Amino acid sequence: MDLYEYQGRDLFERHGLPVLAGGVATTPQEARAIAERLGGRVVVKAQVKVGGRGKAGGVKLAEGPDEAVARATDILGMDIKGHTVHKVMITVTADVAEEYYFSYLLDRANRTFLCIASVAGGMDIEQVAADTPDRVVKAPIDANTGVDEAKAREIVSAAGFPAEVADQVVEVAVGLWQAFVAEDATLVEVNPLAKNGDGRMLLLDAKITLDENAAFRHPDHEALVDQAAVDPLEQAAKEKDLNYVKLDGEVGIIGNGAGLVMSTLDVVAYAGERHGNVKPANFLDIGGGASAAVMANGLEIVLSDPAVKSVFVNVFGGITACDEVANGIIQALALLEQRGEQVTKPLVVRLDGNNAEAGRAILDGANNPLVQRVDTMDGAAERAAELAAAGV
Amino acid sequence: MAIWLTKDSKVIVQGMTGSEGSKHTRRMLAAGTNVVGGVNPRKAGQKVDFDGTELPVFASVADAMAETGADVTVIFVPPQFTKAAVVEAIDAAIPLAVVITEGVPVHDTAAFWAYNLAQGERTRIIGPNCPGIASPGASNAGIIPADITGSGRIGLVSKSGTLTYQMMYELRDIGFSTCVGIGGDPIIGTTHIDALKAFEADPETDAIVMIGEIGGDAEERAAEFIKANVTKPVVGYIAGFTAPPGKTMGHAGAIISGSAGTAEAKQAALEAVGVKVGKTPTETAKLMREIMSGN
Repeated sequence: MDLYEYQGRDLFERHGLPVLAGGVATTPQEARAIAERLGGRVVVKAQVKVGGRGKAGGVKLAEGPDEAVARATDILGMDIKGHTVHKVMITVTADVAEEYYFSYLLDRANRTFLCIASVAGGMDIEQVAADTPDRVVKAPIDANTGVDEAKAREIVSAAGFPAEVADQVVEVAVGLWQAFVAEDATLVEVNPLAKNGDGRMLLLDAKITLDENAAFRHPDHEALVDQAAVDPLEQAAKEKDLNYVKLDGEVGIIGNGAGLVMSTLDVVAYAGERHGNVKPANFLDIGGGASAAVMANGLEIVLSDPAVKSVFVNVFGGITACDEVANGIIQALALLEQRGEQVTKPLVVRLDGNNAEAGRAILDGANNPLVQRVDTMDGAAERAAELAAAGV
Repeated sequence: MAIWLTKDSKVIVQGMTGSEGSKHTRRMLAAGTNVVGGVNPRKAGQKVDFDGTELPVFASVADAMAETGADVTVIFVPPQFTKAAVVEAIDAAIPLAVVITEGVPVHDTAAFWAYNLAQGERTRIIGPNCPGIASPGASNAGIIPADITGSGRIGLVSKSGTLTYQMMYELRDIGFSTCVGIGGDPIIGTTHIDALKAFEADPETDAIVMIGEIGGDAEERAAEFIKANVTKPVVGYIAGFTAPPGKTMGHAGAIISGSAGTAEAKQAALEAVGVKVGKTPTETAKLMREIMSGN
């Protein structure tokens, strides 16, 4: 889960890291209240999970509460690279003398964590690394020994931080690592890490990603989810413990196993190239051993998407037995009817693997005019795309 | 001979008395796996009956190894306890630990992996979030269905469980030496490269299927490895061409970040080193079939 900058600022503050005083507003009136509390000149920053907001006009200075209201009015509702601004963060201003860069992140390739540090901050770090690789330090971090003062000093020295800020950067480096571990983050990026006019360090931006697998030990992370930004279908699916991602197409997809479902999306998209360019409408993995109830929940979510014109159920029975899946589909359709849902969209079902013959026989025996059986994955994708194109 | 798991492997199960653990212990036994016991400190000394096979429960991995000569552990414990279970397996220096558990925090995986390195990497870790490893006809450690295919001369390495099953099914008439599901998490113990290296050295493997998916750059690095080190034919498949950037597609590791981790980049990297990449699982199987029939 990616956090907004204001959530990152709050998180840093909770971990005792130096940030600017500020608050978050969803209306110009709230912006005024914050500006009045802070006093003097403030910065109004659009809160979007995308880079380049400064260039897009999403960051403005304001000389007091009245101007803060005006700037917040400008920025709220603005579109930045397809992201609508619903919140602005108001902070006091900083008197920036120097800008540095500091981050910790997951290094998948080396199966460990990485620290990236540079005295060239405030810019795109990938660009800095490409143009002046000697100005960027990448230090692997052992997950068990972490970043203590000695390790931090090593990094600070390798990155060439000026002597007068070295002690402070060491302190930030250690504190930031502690926050990274304590919050189960996979990324904490501070760009810029600034030296203020008075010589103090400030974390002026926060880009944080949290590991959703660690949610069980962070009950407080649930509150960081931006409910307003969650797709309503994704929200409904989550409440039913379904692994669903909304996409833009017309062919609803239900399958078992993340890899097979991803593959199903691709195969449907290829078939769609021959049928009116229809595309997959969603990712939905019902997992292993899916019961009739899970299938019903899945079908209900997929069918409630008005963009869906046909549904492709693609199951390879590994542990799951296909006869149970077939029964699940038939029961699910009956269940939906009982719930008062009018199912009118055609279903293409491909069953293979464990008890496939029995599963296919059940589908044939049910004789439901909405259900079509095709026994290969590619063939079924073709049929589902064709039906979706006909229904558009 | 196969890789890493043979008919001589002696398998224990951490979490054998839990619901998933007991269900799959039963299945592993039915597949002919030599399961010799389980680990649960609270039930040490007890015996568990699996359709007539009585398996002893030990207090620790080390005890189980000392008593039975076990050299493989399959871990089914919940995510909260997975790190401790893997560390215990590493401490006992068991040669192979297969971590089935899904939903392990990546800080925990990074920690047990770093610990394994610090101990001299005496334990091969497969997973987490994986279906395990199967050498058809010989042994099965994990949750891969045993009856899809028989033994043969294709090696398979895959990030995905169901795509592994699908590929085994497509090529069931030819058969497999070993199928390894390495898992879909951002940090995993055994990589595509580890499996490619082992298959290259395995005299019972003639050709290799490699299944990847969006996220990270493991497939790109595997391509470099193939170029320099693999003489056996390799066929590839990549899932996730239509996945949108920034969305996690089921597997915790399956996410396109910015321009990195796309299926296109992975396909291009593999094709650049002469690996044929199928557009669909079925087409991939066809490419392998052509290789195995000498066309």
